Amino acid sequence: MNKQDILLEKARAAQEKKAVYGADVDFEQFADLGGSDETVDDISTLPAERRKQLESIGMDTSGSGRAGTYMQTDHSVSHCDVSADGVEIMSTDAALKCHDWLTDYWWRAVSPDADKFTARAALHQEHGYFIRALAGQKIAEPVQACLYIGQEGLIQDVHNLIIVEEGAELHVITGCATDPDVKKGAHIGISEFYIKKGGKLTFTMIHRWGEDITVRPRTGVIVEEDGLFISNYICMQKVKDIQMYPSTRLTAKGAVARLNSILVSPPGSHMDVGGRVVLEAPGTRAEIVARTISTGGVIINRGHLVGAAPETKAHLECHGLLLAPGGVIHAVPELEARTDNAELSHEAAVGKIAPEEIEYLMARGLDEEAAIATIVRGFLHVNIEGIPASLALEIERAVDEFTLNKGS
Amino acid sequence: MLRIENLAVSVAGKPILHDVNLEIKEGKVHALFGPNGTGKSSLIGAIMGFPRFQITAGRIWFKGTDITEAPVYERARAGIGVMIQRPPNVRGLSVRQMVGICSDGRADADALAKRLNMEEFLERNVNEGFSGGEIKRSELLQLMAQQPDLLLLDEPESGVDIENIALVGAATNLILARGHANGNDGTMRKRRTERTKSGLIITHTGHILQYVPADIAHVMYKGTLSCSGNPQEMLQCIRHKGYEECIRCADSGGASNE
Repeated sequence: MNKQDILLEKARAAQEKKAVYGADVDFEQFADLGGSDETVDDISTLPAERRKQLESIGMDTSGSGRAGTYMQTDHSVSHCDVSADGVEIMSTDAALKCHDWLTDYWWRAVSPDADKFTARAALHQEHGYFIRALAGQKIAEPVQACLYIGQEGLIQDVHNLIIVEEGAELHVITGCATDPDVKKGAHIGISEFYIKKGGKLTFTMIHRWGEDITVRPRTGVIVEEDGLFISNYICMQKVKDIQMYPSTRLTAKGAVARLNSILVSPPGSHMDVGGRVVLEAPGTRAEIVARTISTGGVIINRGHLVGAAPETKAHLECHGLLLAPGGVIHAVPELEARTDNAELSHEAAVGKIAPEEIEYLMARGLDEEAAIATIVRGFLHVNIEGIPASLALEIERAVDEFTLNKGS
Repeated sequence: MLRIENLAVSVAGKPILHDVNLEIKEGKVHALFGPNGTGKSSLIGAIMGFPRFQITAGRIWFKGTDITEAPVYERARAGIGVMIQRPPNVRGLSVRQMVGICSDGRADADALAKRLNMEEFLERNVNEGFSGGEIKRSELLQLMAQQPDLLLLDEPESGVDIENIALVGAATNLILARGHANGNDGTMRKRRTERTKSGLIITHTGHILQYVPADIAHVMYKGTLSCSGNPQEMLQCIRHKGYEECIRCADSGGASNE
C-alpha cells in the first residue's frame, strides 16, 4: 500500500470519530456542491462591496505591498499570483503534483485520523494554499491568502501547507470569510506549518464568518532549531460555532512560539479556541496570550503548555472581559511539566470592567461610553512584536472597528 | 469657585459625611487635615462625583453652577481635576494616550513629561508596575495636561521619597499657576491677586505645604469639618496635641476662622 492509500485508510476508519472538544457536526446538513468556476485575474477589479469585505479580513485588493496572493472560493482556486522572488504560492493540489517530496510533509503535523473532521478533509479535500519560502530567503512583504465561501449551504474542505525553509523568513496573512448572502455553511481547514532551522514564520489570521457557519480548523506546526513561529488569530464577528485547538511542537533547541489571540463573541456565537505548545527540546520557549471579550456569546479559551524537556520556559496568559449579561467566558489554562526543570506559568483573569477604571477616565473628561471604549481598546491591545507594520495595522484596524461599533 | 452646603455623603449606604460646609474662593488653596477614616477622601470623591459617594443631602456649586447631580466627566470638563490615592491600572492604555485624553489631544506630552522626569514612562501602561511616587508623578502629568481650575489632591506626598516631594510640589504649583516657574513677574501682591486656580489638598504630614503654601486649613473629624484656621498653626497644634485636643481647642475659639 502506498503512502496515500494508508492515509485514506486511516481517514476512512476515523469518519465517525467525534472530536475531543466542540459540538458534533452532522455533515449531511451541508451540500457538497460543485466548485465555483469563478476565476479572477485581477482582484482589484472585483466589485467594491466584495473588495471591502476582503479588506476587512486583511486582504490588500490592490495586491501592492504583498508578496503574493492566493484566493480560493468554495472548492476552486479563483486567483493566485506571486510578485516576490524566493517564495512559491499555489494550491496544495498543484504543489503535490510539482513537488514529489511534498508527501513527506502531507499529514505529518496533523493526523488524518485525529477526528471526523480531519478524516473528512483527507477524503474530500479540494485545494488549500501552499506557501513556501525558499532557503535563506527573507520575504519582506506578507503573502496573503483568502478562503471564501460563496454558496449557501456549502461545506469547504481545504488543506493548507506552509514551509519555511532553513534561514528563511515569511509573513502570511490569511483571511476567511463568507459571501454576505451566505448564511449557512461549514469550513474544515487542515493547516500544516513547517519551520526549518533558523526560519521565521509570522502567521496572522482574521476570521469573518457568516452567522450560521460552522468552523473546524485543525492545525499542526513543527518548529525546528532556532525557528520562530508567531501566530496572531483574530475573530471578532459572529460565528455560529468554531472549535480549534492548534498544536505547535518545538522540536529542537532555540525554537520559539508565540501565539496571540483576540476573540470577541457576540450573542449567538460559540467560540472554543485554544492553543497548545509542546516544548520537546531543551532551550525552547513559548508564550500564549489571549484576550477575550463576550458581548453575549460563549467563549471557551483553552491553553496548554507541555514542558517535555528540561530548560524550557513558557507562559500562558488569558484575560477575559464580560461586557454583557448572558455571555460566558470559560478560561481553561493547563500547565504540564514532564521534567523538573521546565518553567511554566500562567495568569488568567475573567470579569467585567472595573468601575474604578471607568471613573478614572471619566475624571479625565471622557463620558462613560468613551471611557468604556477606551478601556476595551486597551484591553484588546496586544503588543505583537516581529510582524510587519502593515499587518500590525490590520490588527489595529480590526480592534478599532470593534471598539467603534462597540461590539455590534 | 466651589461652594458646598450642608453636604451629607454615604458610601454603600453607610453615612460618612454630614453637615459639610465649605467655600473655596478663586485663587485659594485649602489644606484638609484629619485622622484616617474620617471622610477626607469621601469629600473629594463627592466633589468629583464618583458614584460610590452618594450625596444624601446638601448641594455642591462649582463656578456658580449646581453640580450636585452632574456626572463625573461634566465636572472634569467644567474644570475640576482630581488625584486620587490609588488610581487603577488601565491595561493597554499608555501614559501618552492618557495625556491626550486629559487635554483632548492638545498637550505636548513629551514637554510635560520632561518637567516631571517621566519621559521613560510615556509608552508604559498607565500605573502598571509604577511605584507610589511614579503614580503621583504620572497623575500630576495628567493634571498638567488637563489644566483644571480646581485641583483636588488626595495625599500627594504619600509614597513619594524626599527627593521627589519637591518635584511633586513644583508640579502642583505649576498646575495652580503659582510660584516662580510661571515666568510671572511683578510684585508678590500682584501675583497673589491674579491667581485664579484653586486647590484642595488632603495631607497627613503637611510636607506638601512646604512647597505649596495653603491659604487656609480645615480639620475633618468624625465626618464633618470641625474647624478652620491658619494651616501652619493648625499643623503645629495637631502635631503636638493630636486631633482631638486640636478640635477641642478650636471649639473653644482657639484657632481663628478666616
